[in-house]
Amino acid sequence: MKNLIEIRWHGRGGQGAKTASLLLADAAFNTGKYIQGFPEYGPERMGAPITAYNRISDNPITIHSNIYEPDYVVVVDDTLLECVDVTAGLKKDGAIIINTTKKYDDFKDNLKGYEGNVYCIDARKVSIEALGKYFPNTPMLATIVKVTGIMSDEDFLNDMKGSFKHKFAKKPEVIEGNMKALELALKEIQKVK
Amino acid sequence: MSIRERLSGNEAVATAMKQINPDVVAAFPITPSTEIPQYFSTFVANGSVDTEFVPVESEHSAMSACIGAQAAGARAMTATSANGLSLMWEMIYIASSLRLPIVLSLVNRAVSGPLNIHNDHSDAMGVRDSGWIMLFSENNQEAYDNTLMAHRIAEHKDVLLPLMVCQDGFITSHSIENIELEDDEFVKNFVGTYKPEHYLLNDKEPIAVGPLDLQAYLFEHKAQQAQAMKNAKNVILEVSKEFEKLTGRKYGLFEEYKLEDSEIAIVCMNSTAGTTKFVVDNLRANGIKAGLLKVRVFRPFPSEEIAKALSHLKAVAVLDKADSLNAIGGALFSDITSSMYTAGVNVPTVNYVYGIGGRDTTSKQLESVFSDLSEIVKTGRIDNPYRYLGLKKGDE
Repeated sequence: MKNLIEIRWHGRGGQGAKTASLLLADAAFNTGKYIQGFPEYGPERMGAPITAYNRISDNPITIHSNIYEPDYVVVVDDTLLECVDVTAGLKKDGAIIINTTKKYDDFKDNLKGYEGNVYCIDARKVSIEALGKYFPNTPMLATIVKVTGIMSDEDFLNDMKGSFKHKFAKKPEVIEGNMKALELALKEIQKVK
Repeated sequence: MSIRERLSGNEAVATAMKQINPDVVAAFPITPSTEIPQYFSTFVANGSVDTEFVPVESEHSAMSACIGAQAAGARAMTATSANGLSLMWEMIYIASSLRLPIVLSLVNRAVSGPLNIHNDHSDAMGVRDSGWIMLFSENNQEAYDNTLMAHRIAEHKDVLLPLMVCQDGFITSHSIENIELEDDEFVKNFVGTYKPEHYLLNDKEPIAVGPLDLQAYLFEHKAQQAQAMKNAKNVILEVSKEFEKLTGRKYGLFEEYKLEDSEIAIVCMNSTAGTTKFVVDNLRANGIKAGLLKVRVFRPFPSEEIAKALSHLKAVAVLDKADSLNAIGGALFSDITSSMYTAGVNVPTVNYVYGIGGRDTTSKQLESVFSDLSEIVKTGRIDNPYRYLGLKKGDE
């Protein structure tokens, strides 16, 4: 792992991209890292494009600006490919992870010639199967952990069990489904380029 | 023994308030400080503090309630941002004039209008001459530590002034980052019990608070207030030294980051100082002698100390996150340059107004400031001392 990993999340308001970035920060924190997890607050509305960020490092992080040259990008909603420049500044030796059912050839123009790795997952399918509802952020969280390799699948799942117990203290019935969504997503993610 | 945690800046301040367990918290919600009273109200509800929480109907009332409580002999705290502070303005002056050591968490945000909820320092700059001690915080850790030290400074018998702890709205208030927390027992012992010398509920000593004060004495009372602000400097240093001894975390009136052997330097406050450190490290890796002076204590202003710390430089850039709209420059710039002039320090100094209304301040922008400074050193010319950083040009 590089000394500093920078991640940018693209989602739509209500899909939980901010929550996913905070949970990723949590997971990395629990492996002993220095972390930042922060959303870019705009005129937040349900369905409007939103951006969130993570920095993960072995050393204290002092920089307090948004991320313009990320190592990784996570796209929580593939309709954003049409309207947001998701690969802007994305490093060649990094990767983009997209929640989509489309084939690579169908959206590669939206990636504007991005030369790095491209991963896809059908987070809707995973979420419906595990939770019975569409919450794409949990599967996407699992995929970014897998792709960055910040921790092993096993450590990640153990850690998330603890986080979910805390986060869903008032609705413990959803913990099992969310855990299942993580496990499924770790298996379902595909490298398409 | 410190506790390794990860918290947002707002969570950090709310945690400090929980550990301080003040007698009274009176607050009205306003973005981006809303979470502080929100978290605190859950501490009240679940019994982890025994504070009297007053959910007032406005910020004017929040500060009024704090004044009433503190005058009565209680330790009072509140939190606000931007227009919330504007609405408190009348009572802000009354709090300091009555010498009530109230502690306020100010989560910095642009003052309207037009309406903007994002970070700059226009709220803080609007009360810079109101007689409040003002501490600025680079990150969640400093917001937490400054809050733990706040009462010790404000309540000191040589000071007795209210104190506000500032941090950048959203940039640090809503960013989750690593933090070292102290345990509850430590905080309880460090902060200590509030023992006011004079207070309204003392039936052994009937007093009046805030009566009419006309030609005969207001002047003297203002001079005493000014003296208290001067005294605060040493008290801040003493409390910070004790805090360092106990926690290992060092605080002064300002932080010098690689400044000692610098030729060029940026002066700024709050989160931008962190990004500047990142830029300084990169420039130094390329042999450029760049440095940073981060102001922690803005009121009282450490005039002589800052002038001395900057005196060896070849050029200085002062960054203001609020425009003073006065055709001269920002407030920090005015204070720095008059400090230098008074101390006979003559270093070429320029001002950049930056980050207004939440405009992101990037490492590239800060690199450009250092490169401007190198140019000034090379040519000896400053064509325009009052500049913008990150302002869009033309049709951008």
